[in-house]
Amino acid sequence: MKNIFVKKFTQLAKTNKNIFLLTGDLGFKLFDDFRKNCPKRFFNIGVAEANMISIAAGLSLSEKNVYCYSIAPFLIMRAFEQVRVDICFHNLNVKLLGGGTGLSYGLEGMTHHTIEDFAIMKALPNMTVIAPGDIKEAEEIAKQSINYPGPIYIRLPKQANESVYKTDPKIKIGKGEIVEYGKDICLITTGSMLYNSKIALEKLKKKKIKPTLVSIHTIKPLDENLIKKISKTHKYIFVIEEHSLIGGLGTSVAEILLESKYKGMFKKIALPDKYSCYIGHLPYLYDKYGLSPEKIYKNILHTIKNK
Amino acid sequence: MNLSEKQLKKYENIAKKIRKEILDISYKTKSTHIGSSFSIVEILVALYFKHLKLNPKKPLNKNRDKFILSKGHACSAFYTTLFYKGFFDKKFFNGFAKDGGTLEHHPNRDIKRGIEASTGSLGHGLSLGVGMALASKYNKSKQKIYILLADGELNEGSNWEAIMFAAQHKLDNLVAIVDYNKIQALGRVKDVINLKPLSKKWQSFNWGVKEINGHNFKQIFNALEKIPFKKNRPNVIIANTIKGKGVSFMENKLLWHYRCPDDNEYKKALKEL
Repeated sequence: MKNIFVKKFTQLAKTNKNIFLLTGDLGFKLFDDFRKNCPKRFFNIGVAEANMISIAAGLSLSEKNVYCYSIAPFLIMRAFEQVRVDICFHNLNVKLLGGGTGLSYGLEGMTHHTIEDFAIMKALPNMTVIAPGDIKEAEEIAKQSINYPGPIYIRLPKQANESVYKTDPKIKIGKGEIVEYGKDICLITTGSMLYNSKIALEKLKKKKIKPTLVSIHTIKPLDENLIKKISKTHKYIFVIEEHSLIGGLGTSVAEILLESKYKGMFKKIALPDKYSCYIGHLPYLYDKYGLSPEKIYKNILHTIKNK
Repeated sequence: MNLSEKQLKKYENIAKKIRKEILDISYKTKSTHIGSSFSIVEILVALYFKHLKLNPKKPLNKNRDKFILSKGHACSAFYTTLFYKGFFDKKFFNGFAKDGGTLEHHPNRDIKRGIEASTGSLGHGLSLGVGMALASKYNKSKQKIYILLADGELNEGSNWEAIMFAAQHKLDNLVAIVDYNKIQALGRVKDVINLKPLSKKWQSFNWGVKEINGHNFKQIFNALEKIPFKKNRPNVIIANTIKGKGVSFMENKLLWHYRCPDDNEYKKALKEL
């Protein structure tokens, strides 16, 4: 997802002389094209995230359009207070590209995993939070982010799965997307879980269960109308995300459902409130934490049958 | 630079007026940080009343010099300077530290009124300035970026990240000024995190350095006029100052980081100023 996003972004940035790209000494090969074509607008700040975020703010206060990249926890957690004061309070056009995210750094372990970013970034006033679900969404968000006013945190996992969309979707920041219409059951997904949920959905179809599949690439501002609409026509709502159970998309959806007096069944399928105690590659971790397509499928099936 | 006695007197008089005004608004609004504000008065007067290329009537001029008060807690000196320079009108200035007012105890960005960035959390200003200096170089502008830092603020590691980066990228359009009053929030700098040898530290990070008496206009102007101190190097002025400068019982006292004057102290201080 990361590569696709950066490729599209670079293509557009070549002719937009106002775009600056900063990195905290990370992104090997990722920015070669940008560096080659826009050398005066590329800065490796060094391993110094706090400085990078404030420099981005300084550039933006001088009317530049700034993108910052690092592995997500270093980018937004090491430099959280800089993000809060310099970027969000000033409400600047700075886009934070968080690499890795979720468990996608697998074997690199806890320091590189990002399971709290939605909760943390959502809490910041002025911040828009986005997690593209597939390559089509990633490309479109790369494009739309350029003229989008104010700060955005964009979650970019390493892996890039094939698109779940049969035709080109009409992606718009702030709007959810119904990928597939079904009945009674709705799977609301974000980021990497769009793909895993799509496979789970295909398995459910074989059991004559046909859920609706929704992609929420914009976690904040959340498409409340879409959630409310779904709540009126679906008896079961599952939210599936590669994020802690606390404070992610599931929490946001639950708040809307509660306020709109939803009478159906609601369940979050997400990571536990724990740092990873397993060692392994991403698919292994997905399996251990119940986020593999197979485990998502079984969880949904089991939940429906035992209702 | 040779300033005539008459010219010097002019700046000294402005500084005197600003100190009185700071005392006044601190007393009236029961605001703190009077000591931190008194230590930077001459620096602000030198910048705003002579050195900075700034026009309150054209605050959005793209090539204006930019100033960031990284030690945002010294805002009463900053606001008063901006008011005397003509960035604020009386009514706006009078909204300082009041319910439903205009100005709080740390500056919020308001470019039209001369406030380039919101500060208050320490260790942000220098990096913000680095970003502005980079943009300025890219734009091929001749503007300079001035950042006023507290000495205690240098405890923040982010400053040292910015110091290394600025030297690496030869940001000779960046000017840091350290208000070296040697007292920080809970004690003397030498007892908390000793900064000595401060000038040598910056030198060894490849900055051009000048150490001055931060209350002496001749020395301040002299340093400002010599920027860039060294070719292709960012600039720092280590300004040796006195916390609470101007009022004998406030000078060099940690207490005046926090205390606002009572009736008697106010009258006594006013006499001295």
